[in-house]
Amino acid sequence: MKLQKNSSLAIYSVLEFAADPTRHISAAEIAGKYGLSVHHLAKVLSELVRAGIVESVRGVGGGYRFAGNARRLTLMDVIKTFEAPGLPDGGRREPVDLTPVGRALSAVLAEIDEIAKATLCSITLATMLRLIERQQRAAATPAKRRRLKPS
Amino acid sequence: MTTTSTPTARPPARRSRKRAVAPENSVDAITIRPIRRGDLDHVITLDATVTGREKRSYWRSVYKRYSAPGQAGRQFLVAAAGGRVRGFIIGEVRDWEFGSAPCGWVFAIDVEPDFRLAGIGTRLLKAICASFRRAGVTKLRTMHARDNTLILSFFRSQGMMAGPFLPLEMDLLD
Repeated sequence: MKLQKNSSLAIYSVLEFAADPTRHISAAEIAGKYGLSVHHLAKVLSELVRAGIVESVRGVGGGYRFAGNARRLTLMDVIKTFEAPGLPDGGRREPVDLTPVGRALSAVLAEIDEIAKATLCSITLATMLRLIERQQRAAATPAKRRRLKPS
Repeated sequence: MTTTSTPTARPPARRSRKRAVAPENSVDAITIRPIRRGDLDHVITLDATVTGREKRSYWRSVYKRYSAPGQAGRQFLVAAAGGRVRGFIIGEVRDWEFGSAPCGWVFAIDVEPDFRLAGIGTRLLKAICASFRRAGVTKLRTMHARDNTLILSFFRSQGMMAGPFLPLEMDLLD
């Protein structure tokens, strides 16, 4: 499964904000961290502000900060701001999709979509932050073990 | 496998003044322990409150199978405060089902709506995991309806991810 570019950018950004809800972070800082276009990211952040997930901060420093509840907002809440998962091409159906073969294939693909939707709806931002911590610990552990190994 | 309780979302906050909680009923007074006979009616009531259906004979059968002494792999734990059950968890070690090495399965968990979001579910899960470890297993599994995002979110928040199984079903027609 592949997310649209805007959805991915949104998730990366929202997780940065949710990791420290009190902090104001600029689009330039996030763009610099992940090697993204500031201009493109700013558009994504505007949509997130419109969705109420982040809020822009006026005044000295400016930037954005998290406006949601990390224990309640899910990955699906972020993704559906930018796309409708399970409905590629805006849900258009070609004539071949309406044949028996097309319908049988749609049923199989719908099964995959339902599993994907259930997964995305059940992972909150708080859970994602814990998964990230786990990845960071796993990445750090081999290096620690190498340093401690006697020569 | 028996069906899992499906907790509903927490009801919206009411405007009326919050009743003071007696210390013996507070979350701090919760203890996690094996179920006793006197707890069964509370479990039945809690389940009926959440699911809308009283399943008295079902819970009697579960109590009989999961509270008998000497069954290290079967656990029926409750979270109790003020002499009442505020939550419960049920599970067992299953050997070689679906080709899987022995592992711990949780098939029911519930917490009284007014006592949710206070870590009771987490404490119940930690307690049953500890008993599974003592029984020698190193893997925990559970299964829930795809649209039960509340309970799926809870188990995911505890670190669980999708397992290597796919439940399949079909209608049995004449």
